[in-house]
Amino acid sequence: MARIAGVDLPNKAVKIALTYIYGIGRGSALEICQKGNVNPDERMNNLSAEDVNELRKLIESEYKVEGRLRTEVALNIKRLMDIGCNRGLRHRKGLPVRGQRTKTNARTRKGRKKTVAGKKK
Amino acid sequence: MARSIKKGPFIEKRLYKRITESNKSGQKAMIKTYSRTSTIIPEMVGYTISVYNGKTWVPVFITENLVGHKLGEFAPTRIFRGHAASDKRARK
Repeated sequence: MARIAGVDLPNKAVKIALTYIYGIGRGSALEICQKGNVNPDERMNNLSAEDVNELRKLIESEYKVEGRLRTEVALNIKRLMDIGCNRGLRHRKGLPVRGQRTKTNARTRKGRKKTVAGKKK
Repeated sequence: MARSIKKGPFIEKRLYKRITESNKSGQKAMIKTYSRTSTIIPEMVGYTISVYNGKTWVPVFITENLVGHKLGEFAPTRIFRGHAASDKRARK
């Protein structure tokens, strides 16, 4: 099994398998295949060792993935929280950041529903 | 959609004038403003700008990291004091 950027890639088409890495989606997966001269529809296990190495090199040199990307995102959020701007405050409270409604929905940010007794009038 | 670069950042003219003028004279007095939509520009660093939140003026000390944000982002317009505690007598 091929291991790139600390992630075990499943035996699927290369363009899909690469998306198992945090920071690589369908678009950048195809891009990488093209740059590395790898057939994106080839199964991962059918790739030669050189091909896998080529992909690994490309990803490590040109893409920000996994740990480094996660740190960057976390730092961006931390910056917002530290300067005390509205977006930072929303992050702190765990509410939606981009002006969505919170009367209903917003469950992704707020987590599972907490039932309040007597809410209905 | 992002604002076109050609126009530059938006700053209310009156505010911009006051900043540039007091930069010339070297005094950094507190500036009160209603203009919450104005972008914070590097020239404002070091000032304390009082931003109106609909009720009072909230003093915002401008540092380097605030550049590029809008003034209003630092003066919340709503105060959330928490939900009422469940009280059986009160609901009756």
